[in-house]
Amino acid sequence: MASHLPNTTNSIATRAPIYGSAAYLIPRMLPFVVFFMALGAWEAVVRINQIPHYILPAPTLVLQTLWDNLGSLMGSWVFTMKITFGALILAVVGGVALAMLFALNKWVELCLFPFAIVLQVTPIVAIAPLILIFIDSTTAALLLCAWIVAFFPILSNTVVGLRSADHNLRDLFALYRASPWQTLRHLLAPSAMPYFIAGLKIAGGLSLIGAVVAEFTAGAAGKETGLASRILEASFRTEIPKMFAALVLVSLTGIMIYLVFNLVSKLVLGSWHESEVKSSR
Amino acid sequence: MRTLLALQGVGKQYDNGTVALQAVDLAVGEHQFVSLLGPSGCGKSTALKMIAGLSPVTSGQIVWPSATGENLAHSQTKDHAKDISFVFQEPTLMPWAKVFENVWLPLRLKGISRSAAQAQVSEALDKVGLAQFAHVYPRELSGGMKMRVSIARAMVTAPRLLLMDEPFAALDEMTRFKLNNDTLALWQAQQFTTIFVTHSVFESVYLSNRIIVMGARPGRVVADIAIDEPYPRSDAFRTTPRYAQWCVQVSQALQNAGEHHG
Repeated sequence: MASHLPNTTNSIATRAPIYGSAAYLIPRMLPFVVFFMALGAWEAVVRINQIPHYILPAPTLVLQTLWDNLGSLMGSWVFTMKITFGALILAVVGGVALAMLFALNKWVELCLFPFAIVLQVTPIVAIAPLILIFIDSTTAALLLCAWIVAFFPILSNTVVGLRSADHNLRDLFALYRASPWQTLRHLLAPSAMPYFIAGLKIAGGLSLIGAVVAEFTAGAAGKETGLASRILEASFRTEIPKMFAALVLVSLTGIMIYLVFNLVSKLVLGSWHESEVKSSR
Repeated sequence: MRTLLALQGVGKQYDNGTVALQAVDLAVGEHQFVSLLGPSGCGKSTALKMIAGLSPVTSGQIVWPSATGENLAHSQTKDHAKDISFVFQEPTLMPWAKVFENVWLPLRLKGISRSAAQAQVSEALDKVGLAQFAHVYPRELSGGMKMRVSIARAMVTAPRLLLMDEPFAALDEMTRFKLNNDTLALWQAQQFTTIFVTHSVFESVYLSNRIIVMGARPGRVVADIAIDEPYPRSDAFRTTPRYAQWCVQVSQALQNAGEHHG
């Protein structure tokens, strides 16, 4: 019996409910139970009222459609993922590099920050058509759209993070004559990490939204198409179950991105930062 | 006694015109334990930061007499920098780094590898009684233990000069007394010079062999009192009539400073 095991772990673990007990399982199971009950209710409403599938398909039909079209949908999914993560990687590289420049030099920040704000406040649907006209390659245009959306949270969070380093620690580094590189590596970067990760969590979701929105604007053109094009295409043909199937894939991707970055946050900050440390009180 | 450093007419005026410190002359000898004592606003922390080279001097100069007898200005003395350590009012540890990494930091910044620093870091932690806590994060330690880590980090470079800026002000009295004794023991064993900023008369008399009493607005030196009592000092010293007399004398100097410019 789990409850009879001697408790030799540290004080943080002793406060947590015992693995496998009701107190451990219920909070973890409850969201899933409610979610599946909602799906069941949807299924029941559709069946009882005999709602035609071209108006509202039942969850089982959506699942069936997803399964039947898995091959072609996965191809589109891979394309959307390429745009999403391509844009995110570029946003991280660009955002962090620019944030470091800002931290090093006030003038650079003063000159360039307005551009960053213009990019941030202009709705992506409003500039996407222009970008699609200016740039020949659809893939490059989509990447740029998603990048514009994902870039700002990384930049602004990292700038704040780099500035958040403790002033006494800065003095200490100055006292020991640390080089700018040593100060960046051992003081500024770790200080900025929690802020950067918070920015990454936001940017991860935004880059998916950016990829989907840009593709909607681009329409179903081009030889490679993503999930947004499939949704558009299915809507033109009033294949509502297929729209839902593609939509489910987009949602699942968003959830996966969220979970991955939560995990990254736990792995990177779990041992020291207040936001991720489990309280022992 | 050889002079380690001398403040010559050192003043500090901020950009907004506030005079933080006015023409301070002060020579600190090697292996002295000097307390800078005064009310808040007397410039004692500013003086400490200027000595550390962390805050520019706006008038006068701080000189570091070399072994050959010539006076070197701050910028000319390249080697003294590595011999200064600083303990802040807060423990000022890096929360993302374990105790070992925190104490290793000053050596790491000088390019000393983890394995090469191992012995020195362990020794410094051992001196403050935290040898078994090398691999925990600062957040798992109590306030007093964090301050010990901070002292170990200051000790790891075997400094010639230890600057302490109200290091124990935020601690409870029991912990403060214990750390007072530990600081004195380290000072006696390692033979470094200490400049200790405090606003506590009792703490300054217990620790130092010289107290610089400072007044506020503008910050200046009002008295230079030698506490002529033998070391080692223990908690028993706190209950002696001699200790009480010193405290009265220093308190009066502090009050006089306040009355003249109150």
